[in-house]
Amino acid sequence: MNRRALVLGATSAIAQAIARLLAQQGNDLILAARQVERLEPFAADLRLHSSREVELLEFEAMDWAACTSLAAAAEDAAGPFQLVVLVYGYLGQQQRANADSEELLRIVNTNFTSASLTLAHLANYLERQAEPTGIIGISSVAGDRGRQSNYAYGAAKGGFALYLQGLRNRLAATGVHVMTVKPGFVDTPMTEGMDGLFLVASPERVADDILRAFRRQRDIVYVPWFWRYIMMVIKALPERLFKRLSL
Amino acid sequence: MGNRVSISGWGNYPTVSALVRRARHRLELQRLAHQRPPVLATGRQRSYGDACLFSNVVSTVDLSHILTFDPITGVMRAEAGVTVEQIIRFALPQGWFPPVTPGTKFPTLGGCIAADVHGKNHHVDGSLGRFVEELEMFLADGTAIRCSRDSHGDLFHATIGGMGLTGFIYAAKLRLRPVSSAYLEVRSERVGCLAEALHQLAATQDDYTYSVAWIDCLARGRARGRSILMLANHAEVAKLPVRAERWRPHPEQRLALPTRAPEFLLNKYSMRLFNSLYYHRRLRRTRLELQHYDPYFYPLDRVGHWNRIYGRSGFLQYQFVVPRSSGEAALDEVLERTSRRGSGSFLAVLKTFGEAWGMLSFPQPGYTLALDFPRSDPTIHAFLRDLTGVVQRAGGRVYLAKDALLDKETFSAMYPELEQFLSVKRRYDPNNHFRSAQSQRLGLQ
Repeated sequence: MNRRALVLGATSAIAQAIARLLAQQGNDLILAARQVERLEPFAADLRLHSSREVELLEFEAMDWAACTSLAAAAEDAAGPFQLVVLVYGYLGQQQRANADSEELLRIVNTNFTSASLTLAHLANYLERQAEPTGIIGISSVAGDRGRQSNYAYGAAKGGFALYLQGLRNRLAATGVHVMTVKPGFVDTPMTEGMDGLFLVASPERVADDILRAFRRQRDIVYVPWFWRYIMMVIKALPERLFKRLSL
Repeated sequence: MGNRVSISGWGNYPTVSALVRRARHRLELQRLAHQRPPVLATGRQRSYGDACLFSNVVSTVDLSHILTFDPITGVMRAEAGVTVEQIIRFALPQGWFPPVTPGTKFPTLGGCIAADVHGKNHHVDGSLGRFVEELEMFLADGTAIRCSRDSHGDLFHATIGGMGLTGFIYAAKLRLRPVSSAYLEVRSERVGCLAEALHQLAATQDDYTYSVAWIDCLARGRARGRSILMLANHAEVAKLPVRAERWRPHPEQRLALPTRAPEFLLNKYSMRLFNSLYYHRRLRRTRLELQHYDPYFYPLDRVGHWNRIYGRSGFLQYQFVVPRSSGEAALDEVLERTSRRGSGSFLAVLKTFGEAWGMLSFPQPGYTLALDFPRSDPTIHAFLRDLTGVVQRAGGRVYLAKDALLDKETFSAMYPELEQFLSVKRRYDPNNHFRSAQSQRLGLQ
C-alpha cells in the first residue's frame, strides 16, 4: 500500500530533502507552503525522479482557521495521509523583537502557536486513520537553553518541543509515533550569511538522519548526532556563569 | 541576504571579493536580475579564469530542478543550476545522455550554455548550443523572455557562448542523445609524434563519435607531440559482457585533496616523470576495451578539488584553436616552446573541431589544444602572452571559459563576430548591467 506524507513548510531546504527521501522510499506527498508557486519546479522534479504522486497545498501558518482545517484541506487535495512532517518556522531577529512587538509575536506565533494548533488537529485526524505512521516535528537546539542572541525563537521552539512531548505521551497507546527533532546548524537559506557557523551539516544528511531515527521509533533526536553532547554541555553550565556569557 | 566572500574559478586565479546571493526560485532570480548594481549570474564556477567572477554575483545553484522530460524525443526542460551530473543520473536509466559534455560533469547547464561548451564529439556534433532548443531568460529590466531559433533569434544566438553577458538564464530546453548503455567502446592508440597524431585523428574521425589525444607536452626532439589517442563510440547492449550493469551510474566522489598542495611538488622533473609514465603505461600500440562513461569522459572528477594540486598560486589553463591549414605548424611551435620551458601540464589535450556556431562561441574548424601551467612560476604570464602571439598569427583564438590573461585588442582580433555580439548585447542590455571580471578586462560592453 502506498503511504502519503504531508510536509508542512515545504519550501525549506530540510523539508525538501526529507520529501525527496520519502518519495524515493515510495511515499506519495502533499507539500504545503505559503507560496505554493515556489514549489512547482521542485514538485515537477520530484515527480520526474520518483514517479510518486506529489500534490501542492497552499497553507498560511499564521491563519488560525487554515491551521485547524488543514487535515480536511489536505485530504480533499490528495486523499488520506498517514505521516505529518512539520518543518516550518520563523527565525526572525532577536534585536528587532526586543523593540518591535510584531516581530516578537511573529516569532512566537509561527514557531509555537501555529505549530501546536496545527498539530493538535492533525493529531486528531491521524488518530482516526486505519494505519497512521506518526508525526515528525522540527524544534531546534535553540530551544534547549535561552540565549541572548535568539531567546524569542528559542522559547517558542522550546515550547513546541514540550508540546510535542505531551502529544507523544497522549498518543503513545494509539500507534501514532511522535518524534521531536532538534537540528543544529544546517546549511540552508536560514543560516546563509551567518557569521561564525561551525559544524554545518547538509540538508541531505540531516534528512537522512531524521528518517532513520523515525524508523527506529526514536523520541527525541539531535541532528547531526553530536549536537546532543554539545547541548548537554551547554545545558549543564550553571546559570550563574551562563548569564555572563555572550552567546 | 547575501554573503561577502572571496571567490575564484577552478584555476584558483584570480580571486575577487564578491557579494554572493543565491536565487532560490524563479521569481527571486527575476528580482535579482534587475537590482542595481551590475551583476553576473554564476553556476558552480567551473570555468578556470575570471569568466565566472564579479563583485556582485547571483548564484543559480539552488535552481537545480528538472522541469519536464519527454522520454520519446529526449527533450528536457531544466533550470539553469542543474548540473551535467544530475542530467546523467536522471536521463541515463531512460536511455539518454548529454549530447555534448565537457571534461567534467560538475558544471551547471546555464554555465555550459554560457560558455557553449564542446566535447570530444565536436568534429561530429558541434558544440552544446546546437542541441539547445529554447532559453527562458530575464533581462536587465526584469522582463521575462523566451528565445529560440525562431523567436528573438538574435538574443538566442548571442546568449549561447555569450558568457552570461546578455541576461540571466532561468531554464533551457535541451535535446539529449539516445544511448544504449552506460559504456563506450574505446580504442586507445599510441602515436610517436605530432604529425602522426594529427594524421590519425583525421583518418579516424568518421568512424568515432568521440576522439581525443592526450599529448606528452614535455617530450622533446623527434618525440615531440607523442600522444595517446582515445577514440570511442557508445557501446551497443550486445557488446556488453553478460554481467555488466547496463545503466550503471557513476560512483559518488570519494577522494578529495583536503588542502592546497605545497608548490615544490610540481617541478619540471615531477611533471616530466608523470607525463612519461602516462605515455608508457601501455605496452601494446593499440588496445580495444569497454569503458564506463565516467573514467572515459571525466577522469579528473574522481578526485575532488584536484585543482589544489597546484597549490596556493593556482594554475592557468590555456586552450586555443588554430585553423587546419596553419594548425600543424602552430601546434608544433607551441609544443616546442612548452617542452623547452619544461614546466608543462599533467594533461595536455588535443582534438579536432568541426563547424563553428554562435557569435562568441569558441570552436572553429581546426585543432584545439588545452594545457595547464602552475602559476607559481612568475614568468608564466609572459610565456602565455608569447603563445597567444603564435595562436593569433595562425588565425586562431583562445577559449574565454579558460582565460584569465587575454587583452582587449588581441581578443577582438580573435573573435571577428564580436561587433555583432555587442550590438545584440546593447539591444537587450543597453546599460551594460550584466558584467564579469573578464568582460570588463576585455571591454565587452
